[in-house]
Amino acid sequence: MTQLDNQLAIPELQLDVPVVHEDQSVLKAQSRALIKDKVIAALFALAAVAIAIPLISLLWTVVSRGLARIDAEFFTSSMKGVVGAGGGALHAIVGTLEITGLTLLVSVPIGIAAAVFLTEYAAPGSRFASCVRFLVDVMTGIPSIVAGLFAYSLFSLVLGPAYRSGIAAALALSLLMLPVVIRSTEEVLLLVPHDLREAGWALGAEKHTVIWKVVLPAALPGVISGVLNGVARIIGETAPLLLVSGFADAMNYNPLEGRMASLPVYIYTQWQMKGLDAQAYDDRAWSAALVLIAVVAVLALAARLAPRLLKGKK
Amino acid sequence: MNELEIKDLNAYYGDFLAVSQVNMDIPDKSITAFIGPSGCGKSTLLRTLNRMHEAVPGGRITGEVALEGQDLYGSGVDPVGVRRKVGMVFQKANPFPSMSIYENVIAGVRLRNKRISRKDADELVERSLRQANLWDEVHDRLQTPGGALSGGQQQRLCIARAVAVEPKVILLDEPCSALDPVSTLAIEQLLLELKERYTVVIVTHNMQQAARVSDQTAFFHADAEAWAELTRLEATLGDKSLPQGTRPPGRLVEYAPTDELFNNPRNKATADYLSGRFG
Ligand SMILES: Nc1ncnc2c1ncn2[C@@H]1O[C@H](COP(=O)(O)OP(=O)(O)O)[C@@H](O)[C@H]1O
Ligand SMILES: [Mg+2]
Repeated sequence: MTQLDNQLAIPELQLDVPVVHEDQSVLKAQSRALIKDKVIAALFALAAVAIAIPLISLLWTVVSRGLARIDAEFFTSSMKGVVGAGGGALHAIVGTLEITGLTLLVSVPIGIAAAVFLTEYAAPGSRFASCVRFLVDVMTGIPSIVAGLFAYSLFSLVLGPAYRSGIAAALALSLLMLPVVIRSTEEVLLLVPHDLREAGWALGAEKHTVIWKVVLPAALPGVISGVLNGVARIIGETAPLLLVSGFADAMNYNPLEGRMASLPVYIYTQWQMKGLDAQAYDDRAWSAALVLIAVVAVLALAARLAPRLLKGKK
Repeated sequence: MNELEIKDLNAYYGDFLAVSQVNMDIPDKSITAFIGPSGCGKSTLLRTLNRMHEAVPGGRITGEVALEGQDLYGSGVDPVGVRRKVGMVFQKANPFPSMSIYENVIAGVRLRNKRISRKDADELVERSLRQANLWDEVHDRLQTPGGALSGGQQQRLCIARAVAVEPKVILLDEPCSALDPVSTLAIEQLLLELKERYTVVIVTHNMQQAARVSDQTAFFHADAEAWAELTRLEATLGDKSLPQGTRPPGRLVEYAPTDELFNNPRNKATADYLSGRFG
């Protein structure tokens, strides 16, 4: 807004310089420039409004159609033996929780460790570090279906082609999550003032202790919000899960073995493989979509609030 | 007795020679001030005294620094161990933001993964804060964040944190440059008390401060004379390896008891600097 104001202010300022010598056409050109500026600003504002329209309409659709099955049964039962109305998504919710949890277990420690290496240990301008950074960039661009194929081939190599499991899904999602964690952690670690590290070293602390007890705690809020953003991004991934954890109608608590339902795949199957009572399938798909969006929204909100809440507490 | 003995010290950043051929003895239980125009290598020299200089990429030295007769740069000497004996307070107060006042004071202990009983920790915190003249102001809010204190209090917290480690020497790099006159006075008062127990070395760009608190003062300057000195050295040593960068290195121009240096500078550069003709 201030930028806008500045732009608008420039022509007016020019009017203050002696205009006596200037002819009318200059003034006209200036006021035309002013109008042009305003029109352009309005167009940009329009674009800003335009992006809100699909978002609001999407939310409206999901909420209005999803509410149909937001009931107790939906959250307490699976689809085991259900062919028509009724049934629920508990198995998919549990599956998504387990797969996401395992993904975090893999990608958070490795991601933070890699970021610590890049910011704290790698010498500035180190070849190896720029290699790692490049690889992370490449990883960011891996299509999720390819991550799924990779996880699939890795596990099927050892356990045979029919192997499906939650842990394989977690591996695929970790590949997608890792670059997010590394990048965001690296960014916040770079924001930790160098002074603090020096203060730690000057107290006679080892470098790794300073990282562990000074640098990481100072960066924690930012790290958490980066991780939450990453989770929000992968929790809706469908393609790799279709490949490696598959469909399941019944509850499977064991992530190491067997097909495991998940919310995105649940939505897909309800929508795609409708039974006779199509409406019941539609309703379940929309309700699962609503749950998924609510989770993402909560995660995004938590990512926003985490830094402030953690700082406020201390 | 001399606490620190600096011999033929050259400090480099990569190939750049920042401080050249410093020889000086720093007596114990006294305050030694480093003065000189900015960029003359005061901070660099100070940081060689606790091996913080090498924490900077490319930071290295030649020569010797001995603490109580023991070379800090001898082979097998752990820089981390050196920093436990030679503490440091920085220009900008830097309490750990994720820690309370209490935790900040015992940070040195915790960061070394040493176990300490609750009672010992309480005592250490009180003793260190008293030594830093901060106890009366903060004893009722030890669990609040250190970052919430005023600038002067934060700097005294950093001093408390440094003394809690029980070092022999405390180095301070322009500790008052960001403080108001009242806080500055409090720190100066504190320094005079600290020298009863510790050897204090302070870098200051404030000549009056050096005159007020220090027992001896060293004046540094990065001038062409440093080149000439190096060239003479080369001639006598036949050592062609001494590098010559594009800027002259800082050198120790004059080092004397503070009264003497301020009232009777022997060197023209010192006199010019003290009379405000440059810097
Ligand atoms: N990290 C660094 N890398 C390279 N050169 C440095 C670095 N820090 C300081 N210098 C240079 O070393 C010289 C001495 O700096 P410094 O010790 O900070 O001076 P002072 O503390 O007296 O102002 C200056 O020329 C400065 O530019
Ligand atoms: Mg300095």
